[in-house]
Amino acid sequence: MSTTETPEQVLHDCRDAWVEALVELAETDERVVVVVNDSVGSSKLGPFQARFPDRLINVGIAEQDMVGVGAGLANGGKVPFVSAAACFLTARAMEQIKVDAAYSQHHMVLVGQSPGMAYGELGPTHHSIEDLAWLRAIPGLTVVVPSDPGETAQAVRWAAGHNGPVYLRVSRMGVPAVNPPGYQFVPGKAVTLRDGNDVTLVATGTLVSRALLAARTLAKEGVSARVLSMPTIKPLDEDAVLAAARETRGIVTVEEALTSGLGGAVAELVVSRHPAAVRFVGVHDTFAPTGSVEWLLDHFGINEVGITAAAREIVAGPWSESQNASRHI
Amino acid sequence: MTVEEDLIPHVDPAGVPSDTLTVLGRVPTGATDDEVVAHLAEAARLVRRRDIQMVRAAGLGHIGGEFSVIDVLVTLYLHAMNMSPEQLGDPDRDRFILSKGHAAAALYTTLAIAGFLPPEQLSTFMQPLSNLNGHPARTKIPAVEASTGPLGHGLPIAVGTAFAGNIDGSLRRTFVVVGDGELQEGSNWEALMTAGNHRLSHLCVVVDRNRLQQGALVEDTNDLEPLADKLRAFGLEVVEADGHDHRALLEAFRDVPAPSGKPTAVIAHTVKGHPISFMSNNVAWHHKIPSPEQVEQALAELEAQ
Repeated sequence: MSTTETPEQVLHDCRDAWVEALVELAETDERVVVVVNDSVGSSKLGPFQARFPDRLINVGIAEQDMVGVGAGLANGGKVPFVSAAACFLTARAMEQIKVDAAYSQHHMVLVGQSPGMAYGELGPTHHSIEDLAWLRAIPGLTVVVPSDPGETAQAVRWAAGHNGPVYLRVSRMGVPAVNPPGYQFVPGKAVTLRDGNDVTLVATGTLVSRALLAARTLAKEGVSARVLSMPTIKPLDEDAVLAAARETRGIVTVEEALTSGLGGAVAELVVSRHPAAVRFVGVHDTFAPTGSVEWLLDHFGINEVGITAAAREIVAGPWSESQNASRHI
Repeated sequence: MTVEEDLIPHVDPAGVPSDTLTVLGRVPTGATDDEVVAHLAEAARLVRRRDIQMVRAAGLGHIGGEFSVIDVLVTLYLHAMNMSPEQLGDPDRDRFILSKGHAAAALYTTLAIAGFLPPEQLSTFMQPLSNLNGHPARTKIPAVEASTGPLGHGLPIAVGTAFAGNIDGSLRRTFVVVGDGELQEGSNWEALMTAGNHRLSHLCVVVDRNRLQQGALVEDTNDLEPLADKLRAFGLEVVEADGHDHRALLEAFRDVPAPSGKPTAVIAHTVKGHPISFMSNNVAWHHKIPSPEQVEQALAELEAQ
């Protein structure tokens, strides 16, 4: 267990780690191929294309074709990484993800690039805040949301060896490294980045670092916040969440997505197995306005202020209407 | 042409005539052309016979589109494709994908007569927990390459298997059957564009051109014509054939891969419900269930073939 108090301030674009890991993997595993929808640049796949031009298939702007081609490559013994902007990959090709990847149980990796509100100013058409809710509803699909470059690289390597369909959400918004040296990604397992017994912050992806900042602030107020990083949304680490429900006064979920993603998953589990107070930090049933991703995260209270406010509500006691303020920051 | 009410009658399986299916297997090596055609004709007759019994027993199925595609299926599985039950583990064997997955009963019956599926399994068609879903699932039947059912999925997947073959330098061919109504799905045209531009010569798209979709003529719904010109414009070599003439189909499939290096499209001109008199070219028989009397009549017509 780490005691990462202050995340380092150098910010990383996780796409760099993704492509570096992929190229390295492809050097030793001939099965690895890539399918894109004109998304070589936005997936930062230039180095892969330069090294393995025959193993990158660009079907053009055609997402249904892209995912279907990926399934066919898997049928032909390849391990396809189907990489595209998360908004188009998951929405445009949803039936192919359901049928060709998940129902078919193909060994293929669907890589959702620049998810959440990373394309802030471009507007809700280009945001992918629905993907976690959509994809966790699909049986048999593993949903992985790395929090930093090291975890991204490990998730890429793990997915290449996992005989089943995976959705891998790769962020472009700058994030600090949050996992300790020597960290090992284990699918389906939460990572306790900070221990605590008053409240638990369960965060995923880009927001793990913000949850750590919130925990530090809470500590100054005498509130002991546990921080769980949740790199796998599905299957959820039920033991870690239930332990949080038992051992702390409640849970705050934190995600760069609609709260029906990680939040919904945590709430479904807690309400059926160990009812506890849960607050949801994320986007609540709305399309985002225009703004940079940083501005949007602040706008929705998906930041230190919003997370600490939600945590204080939990610590203050039983839920009431008057304590609902943080939901609508 | 009027569409009769979509009836799903209560069926007592015990009261339904059923029989076993003789596993004919592939056309024997060294057969003359006439012997090949006779083998395929007999296989098609037996497959149709078993198919209508399965649909009657299940009270579900898509018999019109099954009967239109059966001659294509038996021609591919019993002779044209380099594919046998013993070859399932061979990466270089040919691939087949039924994109019009609603014709599942025709595929299952063909797989059974070719030796890929125990014939006794056919009586479980659409029964609870059967591996023989109303639409084929690759996780449930080893010989099924792709799970299909929603239209417009099989062709992109076939493009992917053809790409994989290219990357490996394999000579294997990929055959995919799409319905003509199915071509209204845009994903097919995405995939055709990819196949043509990348000159996937070992891909063969077979269009089951029966001209009818669920409730009407294709041309009255969202017309495809000029289909051959469209396919050529997308970079495919186009062959038109009578989809019930095994000899013509064999010739068409023999030419894959085309010398031009382009992928091949075979427009198989078929008749929905063929060759049953009361079903043929009748839009009502998309997924209508035959009465016991109609089953008897259909079996008698098949016997007289």
